[in-house]
Amino acid sequence: MTTMRNISFDAVIVGGGGAGMRAALQLAQSGFKTAVISKVFPTRSHTVSAQGGITCAIASDDPNDDWRWHMYDTVKGSDYIGDQDAIEYMCSEGPQAVFEMEHMGLPFSRTESGRIYQRPFGGQSKNYGKGGQAARTCAAADRTGHALLHTLYQGNLKNNTVFLSEWYATDLVKNQDGDVVGVVAICIESGETVFVKSKATVFATGGAGRIYASTTNALICTGDGAGMAMRAGYPMQDMEMWQFHPTGIYGAGTLVTEGCRGEGGYLINKDGERFMERYAPNVKDLAGRDVVARSMVLEMLEGRGCGDEGDHVMLKLDHLGEDVLNAKLPGILELSRTFAHVDPVKEPIPVVPTCHYMMGGIPTNVNGQALTQNRDGVEQPIPGLFAVGEAACVSVHGANRLGGNSLLDLIVFGRAAGKHIEQMLQQGLEQRQASDSDVEMAMSRLARMNESTSGESVPVLRKELQTIMQNYFGVFRKGEFMQEGIKKLEVLRQRIDNVHLTDKSNTFNTARIEALELENLFEVARATAISAEARPESRGAHARDDFRERDDENWLCHSLYFPEDKKVGKRAVNFSPKTVDTFEPSVRSY
Amino acid sequence: MLVSIYRYNPEIDAKPIMQDIEVEIPEGKDLMVLDVLNLAKEKDPTIVYRRSCREGVCGSDGMNINGQNGLGCITPLSEAVKPGKKLVLRPLPGLPVIRDLVVDMSIFYKQFEKVKPWLMNDTPAPAIERLQSQEDRAKLDGLYECILCACCSTACPSFWWNPDKFIGPAGLLQAYRFLADTRDTAAVERLAGLDDPFSVFRCRGIMNCVSVCPKGLNPTRAIGHIRTMLVAEGT
Amino acid sequence: MVTNATSLSSSGVSDWLIQRFSAVILAVYTFVVLGAFIIKPDMDYNTWSTLFNSNPMRLFSLITIFALCGHAWIGLWTITTDYLNVHHVGGLATFSRLTVQALCALITVTYLFWGIQIFWGS
Repeated sequence: MTTMRNISFDAVIVGGGGAGMRAALQLAQSGFKTAVISKVFPTRSHTVSAQGGITCAIASDDPNDDWRWHMYDTVKGSDYIGDQDAIEYMCSEGPQAVFEMEHMGLPFSRTESGRIYQRPFGGQSKNYGKGGQAARTCAAADRTGHALLHTLYQGNLKNNTVFLSEWYATDLVKNQDGDVVGVVAICIESGETVFVKSKATVFATGGAGRIYASTTNALICTGDGAGMAMRAGYPMQDMEMWQFHPTGIYGAGTLVTEGCRGEGGYLINKDGERFMERYAPNVKDLAGRDVVARSMVLEMLEGRGCGDEGDHVMLKLDHLGEDVLNAKLPGILELSRTFAHVDPVKEPIPVVPTCHYMMGGIPTNVNGQALTQNRDGVEQPIPGLFAVGEAACVSVHGANRLGGNSLLDLIVFGRAAGKHIEQMLQQGLEQRQASDSDVEMAMSRLARMNESTSGESVPVLRKELQTIMQNYFGVFRKGEFMQEGIKKLEVLRQRIDNVHLTDKSNTFNTARIEALELENLFEVARATAISAEARPESRGAHARDDFRERDDENWLCHSLYFPEDKKVGKRAVNFSPKTVDTFEPSVRSY
Repeated sequence: MLVSIYRYNPEIDAKPIMQDIEVEIPEGKDLMVLDVLNLAKEKDPTIVYRRSCREGVCGSDGMNINGQNGLGCITPLSEAVKPGKKLVLRPLPGLPVIRDLVVDMSIFYKQFEKVKPWLMNDTPAPAIERLQSQEDRAKLDGLYECILCACCSTACPSFWWNPDKFIGPAGLLQAYRFLADTRDTAAVERLAGLDDPFSVFRCRGIMNCVSVCPKGLNPTRAIGHIRTMLVAEGT
Repeated sequence: MVTNATSLSSSGVSDWLIQRFSAVILAVYTFVVLGAFIIKPDMDYNTWSTLFNSNPMRLFSLITIFALCGHAWIGLWTITTDYLNVHHVGGLATFSRLTVQALCALITVTYLFWGIQIFWGS
């Protein structure tokens, strides 16, 4: 173990997506030695796939727009378990964060007056739900994520951030005092294992949509940060809350932006009926994503789905005209032609609700500090560990995220964590030390994998995991099904322990990475399953057949999953914003 | 279906070979080349390639498909190969091979970094965004969409000849993306950095970059614009 | 900025402009000579030598010779830097490139002086 190379930084960010690179940028700009560990070249991170935009009250479309209205929408969208202090911070700091991105060069689309173009998205309103539909999502055509991610990469290049590109973090290194000291990472190209020490370790590892068989997520979204945190014994919050995006392309799973409906597209069933008029009479197709996804599934269950199997519905865009589609949704035309073999200019796109976003994650405060509870249930920050973006649960999305809020989450909390770490470093934050045995502990998983002589294959086990999650923990959930699913997962756990790595070579061994990813996927899947079973109510994206109502009396709270004893506890939701009155829970209708 | 894949693992192989693998394609489905590779990897987990978004926006899986550079994830089999013929997959040409279909892209990224691919503006930023007209913003269309997949630069003979000196189509497309941005004030500095016989002027208008770009972009046209700006600046 | 000692002007723009401009001169010269044959279909040595001994034509020819040499040098230099570099000939790159370039330079200069001598000598 003593032969292992050590490298050290002021801050190490694991993950090169939007949140990670925004945090890195903040630190690199102030001259701190900052590294980004990314298992893919940073611009290949999943942020690149975000299409529609960044929701933020920059008052371009409506000069009277107010971040408090955005806050109201977000709280309502979260089905009231979003933390109001965090939502307040995100919505009020948002405009500044968006303007900074524009100043860095993000090529936003423009209005006639030269300001940033904003489009309507689901769940957006003016004047606290009383002023009609708002258009608050700042867009760069339908490639906003791509534009954002590339702009951030460019900014980091300019500021000399160190990129450990195509390095894969395998586990956290924790010392005897419980401090996080850094991570063990593999350089994928050479296979070398390195102890990357840092004063602050930031997890910006994104989501884990690959626990489901049908997902809009990239193949790399395997919950690596969540897996590492859980193996280190840290709790996960709201893991039952998974967003199913209404419009994934049927059969392929690729995303079609909510911006399609924002620009005037709508969903139809096999009779050509615009069915959202029945489920959400006021805002129709622009209701919250959870509401639209459930309505679609109900249409299919009641026999009004399209196709021979009646297993999808259609998204109609042709009435918008070719010019509008070319100008506003060029990427969607490309994707539909490639993956659905359909030209949206002429015919509707077959779509189906598809796993899209993990609202849960590592619990943090607004500064990005990861939180845990001690034995007496008292909350405390984990020394040295931070989390931002989809990997984290601040929680601004609660039980259901609004479209366009994820990109805002990335840049606001990436920036906030960066600023906080900057402050800590300026105040003399020191590198904590780890012993050889601490590092060895972090290496044990890798060592076991490298020594395997026989066992099961990774793709087979991964497929089974995804099937279990899809079948037992999908859009609609039921107690007895979920209990069965949990049993199946436990059987699968033993088989995953017995996974066999046939390829032991060092050079760019992606089979080894996939085996390590599988364990992270499993940790996330189990946390999801157990948390979902433990929440006996329907709230936001968590819809139960056996408990159809929201239960504010008992469950107006976060769930907290403790990986060591696999138990679910509760954590209070923050209802104390600093500058506005609390938004009290009320019936959520669109 | 028979798939022929370029195989090379420096730890084992003295030199690369083409390996034939039989992959069962589900009836009636037009799979993407990446799907086929994934099926092949299930059979032989030692096959190595890059992939991420599987929808043509991340730029990971640039490869040479039956002689033509493209992205595996958005190239359907029906387009890549004639019925009954072999699918032939090789790494992108002109860059060192690390293993199988994975090439060392450092020199490609270095050329990209050379053009200072970030917005430079020395005027104080306003409290809101910098304004830009729709017409001025439209000048960036066809430029900012680049995904850095390297299909273009590795199809360019001039880049094969001078990968360390000629910036290549991808880098130059980005150079022009910032030259064309009305918010950027560093045009003179940018042009000064390009005014040598290699960086821009090694482009011979072969236009391989245009024919392979999976995003339908036109680097040759952008290079033409840079040349015009350089000439205008120099005279 | 990539520089190279043996390049003509060490500026890509100048090289590019020289090559375009010289190409125009070469084209015009070609047309003038061809034109002479069309205007005088019964061209003989006397007409030919009168034409080329006239001062305007001597000047034009001199300019064209310079244009030809400049054009040729830039073209040959480009070819040698494309093919005779480390990516193709490895360690021999500099030696082989400089040798070929020296040869090209010698031939070009020879033609230059020879041309000048033909038009302006005694």
